[in-house]
Amino acid sequence: MMFGKKTGMKAGMVIKLALASIFSNKMRSFLTMLGIIIGTSAVIILVTLAQATTESVTENIEGMGTNILSVSIMGTGNQTSLDYEDTLDISNIDGVDSISPIVSGQATLKYELNSTDITVEGADEGYAPVRGQSVSSGRFIHFLDIENRHKVILLGTEVVQDLFGFASPLGEQVKVNGTSFTVIGVLEESESTIGGSSNDKALIPVSTAERFFRSPGIKSINIQAESPESVAGVQVQLEAFLLRIFNNDQEAYRILNQTDMLSTIGEVTDMLTMMLGGIAGISLVVGGIGIMNIMLVSVTERTREIGIRKAIGAKRKDILSQFIIEAAVISGIGGLIGVIFGVIGSYIISNVMGLQMTIIFSILIISFVFSLAIGMFFGIYPANKASRLKPVDALMYE
Amino acid sequence: MLLELKDITKVYKTGKLELKVLKGVSLDIDEGDFISIIGPSGSGKSTFMNILGCLDTPTEGTYNFEDREVSKYTADELAEIRNIKIGFIFQKFNLLPKLTAIENVELPLIYRGETTSARRQIATKVLEDVGLGGRMNHRPSEMSGGEQQRVAIARALAGNPKLILADEPTGNLDTKSGAEVLEILRELNRNGTTLVMITHDMNVASHGKRIIRILDGELSQEVSA
Repeated sequence: MMFGKKTGMKAGMVIKLALASIFSNKMRSFLTMLGIIIGTSAVIILVTLAQATTESVTENIEGMGTNILSVSIMGTGNQTSLDYEDTLDISNIDGVDSISPIVSGQATLKYELNSTDITVEGADEGYAPVRGQSVSSGRFIHFLDIENRHKVILLGTEVVQDLFGFASPLGEQVKVNGTSFTVIGVLEESESTIGGSSNDKALIPVSTAERFFRSPGIKSINIQAESPESVAGVQVQLEAFLLRIFNNDQEAYRILNQTDMLSTIGEVTDMLTMMLGGIAGISLVVGGIGIMNIMLVSVTERTREIGIRKAIGAKRKDILSQFIIEAAVISGIGGLIGVIFGVIGSYIISNVMGLQMTIIFSILIISFVFSLAIGMFFGIYPANKASRLKPVDALMYE
Repeated sequence: MLLELKDITKVYKTGKLELKVLKGVSLDIDEGDFISIIGPSGSGKSTFMNILGCLDTPTEGTYNFEDREVSKYTADELAEIRNIKIGFIFQKFNLLPKLTAIENVELPLIYRGETTSARRQIATKVLEDVGLGGRMNHRPSEMSGGEQQRVAIARALAGNPKLILADEPTGNLDTKSGAEVLEILRELNRNGTTLVMITHDMNVASHGKRIIRILDGELSQEVSA
C-alpha cells in the first residue's frame, strides 16, 4: 500500500451493491435467474426420481428373498425345457430348502358375466415357501392336485375382486379359457416384487398347467437355499446339474441370484442417475451462459458507471469482484429458488408416480453449489472485461 | 512543489494515423495554487486534465505528484492516487443515478475501506459544508443541476484530497448556480486546497490565481490574472 492505509472494498458492501443492482432491474434479473432455477430444480427432480426408482427396484429384488435362485431355461436342440420330474432332482441338491417350478401362461377367466385376462401360473407345493406366499382363505395346491391334474385354482385378491366383487369365491366354478376350475383358495395380498405381484394372478397345479397350456416341461424354477450362505454352493451344483442335462451348453439356461441382480440393476440405475443428472446439468450450464450474456449487456450499459467508480478510486479487483459477486448473487438466488422448486417438484412427481421419495440432502447442496459456481464462472469473463476498461474511455462513453 | 510535469506528450494511434495531442507540456503547480486552464475545444486541454488527474498516462515525459513519479504507475496504483489525493468535479456531474446523494459521496470512502459509521459521518459533514444537509437522501434525478454539482463537489471533498480537478464545473449550470459553485471552489482554495480548473470561459477562468492557455497541444502562454 502506497500510503500505508488499507484500501479496498469490504465483501458485505459488494454484496449490498450487487443486490441493489439486481433489484433495480427485477424483470431482467428474474429472467436471467430462470435458466438457473430450471436447471437446478431439474437436477434435483431427476436425480431424486432416479434414486427413488432405484430404491423401489432394489426393494423389489430384496423382497424376493436373499436366498433365492431363479433359473430360466432357454433350451438347446430338442431339449427345450425340463421335465417336472427332473426338476424334483434339484431339491436333492445339498443346501436346497425347497423349489418351485413354474409353468406360466395367459388365460381369460370368467365368472358369470365378469371376465378378466390374467397370467395363470402352474405351481406346486413349493410355491408357498419359496415365494413366501400364503393363502388368506381356502387351501393351497396339494400333492394330490398335481398327481391327479385336478382342475382347481387359487385366485389373487385383484382377480377375486374383478370376478366376484365382495362375495366369497371359495367352491365356485370359474371358466379358464372355457374350462371349468374350482376355486380352492384366495392368495394372501402381497407387495409387488420383481417377479410381479401375485394379486393379479391365478395359480393352478403345475401338471394341469402343462396340459392346459400345451407346453409340457418346465422353463422357470425358483429355488430357495437353506440360507444366504448356501446360495453359492447351490449355484455351483445347479450349474453342474443343468450342464449335464443340456449337453454342456451354457447358453441353454440362466441362473440369477439376488446379489447378481442387485449389482446389475445397481449399474443400470447408477448410469440412469448420472445420465439424467448430466442432462439436467447441461441445462444448468445453459443457464450460466444466460448469465454471461446478460452480464455482458450490463457491463456495456454501465460503462459510464464503471468509469466513474474507477475515477474516484475503484481498483481492478473492486470492479472485478463487484461483477463476479453480482453474477454469483444472481445464480445463488436462482439456485436457492431452484432447490425449493426441485424439492416441491420431486414431491409432487413421486406422489403422482407412487414412488417413495427420499430427498438426498447432499444433492440439494451439490446442485446449489454447482449453480453458484456456474454463475461465478460465467461471470468471470464479463467482470474481467469491465475491470479492464480504462477510466478515461469509460468516462467518455455515452 | 505539489505537481511537476516535464515534457509531457500524448500520442493517440488509430491504425496508421498518429495524433499528437500534447506536444511536450511542462508545468509546476504549488500547493495552495488555483490554476485555470483555458483553450478551445480540441486544444488538448481535456487530455492534459486526464493526465493531471491520473486518469491517463503520458506517452512520454515525467509527472511527479508529491515527488512520486506517477507517470510510471500501474493502473491500480493510479486508482489509489486518485482515491486518496485527487477529487474530481466534472461538467456532467458524473453521479451514480441509482444512489442517493449521501451514497454518492460515500463511494470514494468505500474504495478506501472506511467503516460504515466513519463514511456516514464524513459524508454528512461534507454535504452540510456544501449546503445540502437537507437533501442527503435525494437521488440525482430529484435535484437541480446546481445541487447535483454540489453533491459532486462533496464527493470530491470527502476524501480530503490534495488536489481538486474541475473540468468545466459550471458548463452545465445556469449563471446563479455557476456562481455558487465557483464561490465554493474559491472558499476551498482559501482553505488551502490546490485547485485546477478547466474552462473555455474567460470569465470563469478569471477566478484562478494563474490562468494558463493551451493551444494545439502546447502551453502557449500564461495569462496573469
